[in-house]
Amino acid sequence: MTLLLAIVVGVLFASAVYLMLRRSVLKLALGLSLLANAANLVIFVAAGLTRGQPPLVPEGSTTPPPDAADPLPQAMVLTAIVISFAVLAFTLTLMHRVYQEGGSDDVDDLSEADIQ
Amino acid sequence: MRGLILPTATTWLLPVLLLFSIFLLLRGHNEPGGGFAGGLVAAAAFVLLSIASGVGEARRVLWVDPRSLIGTGLLLMLLAGIVAPIFYGDPFLTAHWWSFSLGGNSFSVGTPLLFDIGVYLAVAGTILLIAFSLEEEPA
Amino acid sequence: MVLPIAVVSGFVLALLVPLVRRLLGRYAIVVFVATPALLAGLFVSLAPGVIDGEPVRWATEWVPQLRLAFAFSLDGLSLLFCLLITGVGVAVILYAEHYLHGHPELDRFHALAQAFMASMLGLVLADNLLLVLVFWGLTGVTSYLLIGFEHTIGTSRLSAQQALIVTVSGELAMIAGLVLLGFAAGSFRISEVLTEGQLIRADASYGLLTFLILLGALAKSAQFPFHFWLPNAMAAPTPVSAYLHSATMVTAGVYLVSRLTPALGGTELWTIVLTVSGGLTMLIGNILALRQHDLKLVLAYSTVGALGTMVLLVGLGSEAAFAGAMALLLAHALYKAGLFLVTGIIDHEMGTRELDRFSGLARIMPITAVAAALGALSMAGIPPMIGFAAKELGLKAALDADASTVLVTAALVVAGAATVGVAAIASLGPFSGSLKTARDGGHDPGWAMWLGPIALGLLGVAAGLLPALGSGPLVAAAGEAIGAASDKYTVEPWYGVDLALALSLLSIAAGVVVFWRRLRVRELVARFDNGYRIGPEKGYVLLEVGMLNWTKRLTAVMQNGRLRLYLLTVVSTLVGLVWLIVFAAGAIPPLELELDVYPWEALIAALIVGGAAVAVTSRSRLGAVTALGAVGYGIASIYVLFSAPDLAIAQILVETLTVLLFVLVFYHMPRFGVETSQGSKLRDAAIAIAAGVLMAGFVLIAAGTPTESISDWFLDNSQPLAKGQNVVNTIIVDFRSLDTLGEVFVLAVAGFGVFALLKLRARRREEGDA
Repeated sequence: MTLLLAIVVGVLFASAVYLMLRRSVLKLALGLSLLANAANLVIFVAAGLTRGQPPLVPEGSTTPPPDAADPLPQAMVLTAIVISFAVLAFTLTLMHRVYQEGGSDDVDDLSEADIQ
Repeated sequence: MRGLILPTATTWLLPVLLLFSIFLLLRGHNEPGGGFAGGLVAAAAFVLLSIASGVGEARRVLWVDPRSLIGTGLLLMLLAGIVAPIFYGDPFLTAHWWSFSLGGNSFSVGTPLLFDIGVYLAVAGTILLIAFSLEEEPA
Repeated sequence: MVLPIAVVSGFVLALLVPLVRRLLGRYAIVVFVATPALLAGLFVSLAPGVIDGEPVRWATEWVPQLRLAFAFSLDGLSLLFCLLITGVGVAVILYAEHYLHGHPELDRFHALAQAFMASMLGLVLADNLLLVLVFWGLTGVTSYLLIGFEHTIGTSRLSAQQALIVTVSGELAMIAGLVLLGFAAGSFRISEVLTEGQLIRADASYGLLTFLILLGALAKSAQFPFHFWLPNAMAAPTPVSAYLHSATMVTAGVYLVSRLTPALGGTELWTIVLTVSGGLTMLIGNILALRQHDLKLVLAYSTVGALGTMVLLVGLGSEAAFAGAMALLLAHALYKAGLFLVTGIIDHEMGTRELDRFSGLARIMPITAVAAALGALSMAGIPPMIGFAAKELGLKAALDADASTVLVTAALVVAGAATVGVAAIASLGPFSGSLKTARDGGHDPGWAMWLGPIALGLLGVAAGLLPALGSGPLVAAAGEAIGAASDKYTVEPWYGVDLALALSLLSIAAGVVVFWRRLRVRELVARFDNGYRIGPEKGYVLLEVGMLNWTKRLTAVMQNGRLRLYLLTVVSTLVGLVWLIVFAAGAIPPLELELDVYPWEALIAALIVGGAAVAVTSRSRLGAVTALGAVGYGIASIYVLFSAPDLAIAQILVETLTVLLFVLVFYHMPRFGVETSQGSKLRDAAIAIAAGVLMAGFVLIAAGTPTESISDWFLDNSQPLAKGQNVVNTIIVDFRSLDTLGEVFVLAVAGFGVFALLKLRARRREEGDA
């Protein structure tokens, strides 16, 4: 399954990079969102895949079962998901404002740095 | 977006969702859930309300400004951390627990709970701040 | 313990200025003035012991690894400076309250003035070489803010910037020099460094470190070739000039050079650099002063000249010279601050400082005239003012000097003549003669504004006439503190008839002539204006302009502002480099073709891949966003299937909100319009595919490499220590809660960023319409 997911990760990265290189700011945002998802998957898959054994301590015991999934990458990805959402929100708002002020959604037009 | 179905359904869904979000928050320490999940659900509940009945109504029901939620959340997180150095001489954010029994059951309450509540409020506040601000943009 | 309190109190008060003002309103000035006054009183009370040779010391560790200690020492030299700093401070702060009355940022001035005073006190009291640097820098920053006080005026900002850049450049050199000095002496404690003079002078790095330290001191004290920043700093409000550029900040260099004389002095390098620089500055400053027609600039250039004299005398290093330098320091502070304050009064009343626009003001401003007269008499060196003692001692020192005594004496006489001329220009010019005013009205100001100058002037008289009261012992103690104690060369109201007196009279006479023919003199000096075109200031301007141009060109090349180019560069470089390494190292990932894939997992993977494809190729915005949502939900399912329930919850919710977010923003933006050429599409696709393959390979390698998991500790201790069964949650909320705290802060910042972008702009638009 790792192989399959690695391929998925690759496709996601490729799509994200391709979208980010396009001229429309919206495609840039789409690519950014895909990139965030892809990055989270990388961390998740690289840590090793386990089916059906979340890192939860059963009742009455003091440690999870020995083949439980790795909790650390999950903790990292959890905060990453939320933060990348917030950053995406900021990026989209920025694009919205740039469009409002500059009237263009073309990335190449953004080279004029002085948008008041 | 002023239909009949969505606003009516939302009237019932909102309290359920909020209750669920608190449920997620409180169970998070022992089962899947936690401050992030709870905060996201709570935010989603109010966003649903804003889609169904408008941002004004959502703000009215929320009653506090989302920025206050963020501030309170961060404050709670800091308070949770400051307990250890002030009262116990431990480094910042060391967890401390106090247990008490109520009606035959024993409960443990600790600084991580306060911390998680802070996370809940801050996450909900941030998402609502973003969502409301964007929804209030004139066309 | 008093010393650190004395230093820190100014900083504390600076922070509390708004509060004090809110509580006391008009009477806040009492607190602002009381602080320097109390400090002055403190130093006076400590004076007897210090003058007897018992310095007050206090020290504690601060950063031992950097050899920086919080150590203070009050001896004769620092005592003199401390009294000047606090005494003149009282006058200036009281004056400023009324001079700047009604100014919207008056309290900012008070805060800065207190902070500056504290920094200056720290500088002269510091007993650690690096601590001196800390306070040196603080005086630089506070004086920058004070010079640029009228920050809405362009020339104000530029002058402040110039002052800062010149003095800080010197300071950078000085840092290196002081560190070298500490190592050469084997200690960073100044009181110890001063006893290791022999050792230091014999050290190999002596030349370098002395040169560096002198650079810093000379830049700060506006010595040639760094003198040009001081006249430009006259853009500052007059109280600032009175404080900084007559009595305190510019004398920091003189202080440092005096302080380090036992350690570094006596060598050829030391003497030559100081005397040449000081002498040149003395002549240039005083002569250029005659050319000015703005009263403030006249005083500024003459300050440059006076500083030059002080540096020259310290450089000579003899007992007489040192006594002269300290006496001049005292005299100059008193008369120059007073004259600056008088200039401010004239400016207030006449609305201008141009010398040719007013005269005979003594008729309408008698009290101010008296203050000006007192200052000018001291400046001209008329007995029994303290200025006379300073001049006499200086001349005696020149006459007794070993080498080049003729040259030095001549220079002093010439400079003295110019000074006398300036004194007359600054006093007789405006106040004597027939009455001519630049505008109607004009009278003496309120007591708060003339009290300072009058007091300073009277102090000048007292210091000269009755030296035993203070000036004599102070100057002597200062000399003793650096090993140049002298019974022969002391402050006296009269020294008897000797060669020095004769030369003095000569310079006074010449000065009177200069004043009489001052307009002609002005013309004569103006002939040298071309010097400005090749002088040091021109060098500074060229450097500044040149650097800005060079950086602009560099930025234009390296950051041409096109986002896609940056992205392209970053991604292709990253991908290219890593591929290169992979090929070079031959690290091909193990392709475990064991396909233990359940059918539903394959379906979900296909969903994700399909969604990505649609997102890339769709012409419809909504279609692309929906596909994005599909990708997100697919990933959430992956999280569910592979034991990450918390992640799944978060992913589902976040993905929903993301889709909503996109729609909210899409609503205001146009459809997909612009397209790139076929060629660039192919190029981008190639790079994208390369990146994708790279990441897929990375994942395979990472997942296939067996490593020790570091999570065992968390798994084992989640229940016992953290009392939680959800290990992911205990990590986030307990074990690694500090990280979470930071991450939530990031969240809040992003949220507020969105808010600011959307909401704060709307207000401006309303203002624009109204």
